[in-house]
Amino acid sequence: MTEIIVVTSGKGGVGKTTTSASMACGLARRGKRVAVIDFDIGLRNLDLIMGCERRVVYDFVNVINGDCALKQALIKDKRLETLHVLAASQTRDKDALTEEGVRRVLDELIAEGFDYIICDSPAGIEKGAHLAMYFADRAVVVVNPEVSSVRDSDRILGLLASKTHRSANGNGGVKEHLLLTRYNARRVANGEMMSVGDIKEILGLDVIGVIPESPDVLAASNAGVPVIFNDDSDVASAYGDAVARLLGEALPLRFLEEPKRGFFARVFGG
Amino acid sequence: MGLLAMFRSKPNSASIAKERLRIIVAQERVGRGGPDYLPLLRRELLQVIHKYVNVDPEAVQINLEREAGHEVLEFSVALPEKPGA
Repeated sequence: MTEIIVVTSGKGGVGKTTTSASMACGLARRGKRVAVIDFDIGLRNLDLIMGCERRVVYDFVNVINGDCALKQALIKDKRLETLHVLAASQTRDKDALTEEGVRRVLDELIAEGFDYIICDSPAGIEKGAHLAMYFADRAVVVVNPEVSSVRDSDRILGLLASKTHRSANGNGGVKEHLLLTRYNARRVANGEMMSVGDIKEILGLDVIGVIPESPDVLAASNAGVPVIFNDDSDVASAYGDAVARLLGEALPLRFLEEPKRGFFARVFGG
Repeated sequence: MGLLAMFRSKPNSASIAKERLRIIVAQERVGRGGPDYLPLLRRELLQVIHKYVNVDPEAVQINLEREAGHEVLEFSVALPEKPGA
């Protein structure tokens, strides 16, 4: 049984690709067979975050157009045996993705026996974003604790509820989860940033993970090694927890409190 | 928060953000799933009303309610206390 998961957000720059890469790696680390697909046609980036940019020969649109077989386009991850990447094409043709084409590729991946297909959505609500979510069984909506990101996420939730295969066919709809990124517990404690509770209340959704703001994320993308591999990082632990929750484990949220500071730091600030 | 910061009274910006979002998200959810012409209808109605009364754009509310078998388009305008004020 294959589960198709879209990682989406509406707003750009909130951490969709970082999340897609780390969740895909986290699932594969647990022995799941995972394919992660970049739907951002024209702006290929997942390959860089996964560190396989020099191994891209064929891409998603090549497969749809029949220029190559799916197997030729799937890039096998060098770290994890069961993980495969399908890169976005860099064509400027916005109509390169079609519903029929996407369906064919997904059906073939399902027939291949993948456990999970992660669809890394582009920002916005145009065709790429629409098709990334269209066939999804579940959605991970990535949101920053910031007004425009929260509002855009709500817009995406509306689309998930009305413009997907599951919503159109009355299959119980797409199961939705929130994933907060760039969470700064100190700023939340100071009243400068909305809390996980605030955002949960506004959007009315379950939270599958809270990823702390950290320099480790940039370091990971610089290196092309998804941040979940950085065993010393809270970010990796937080993504590991999110993957566990995705698999049905009930874990309490972590990293919601600021680390304890010494007496002098508390009195004099800084 | 340090000792110095405690003397500076700052409004809590997170609670302002939450309140603004609560309102706009609720408002946008109402229009969702409704016909695409609702925002345009609202704007044009507002223009017509403006010819006679100077109302605040936020005083015009459109609500679409679905009941068994039919839909009700509810439209309410809060008029200013002194006409023309």
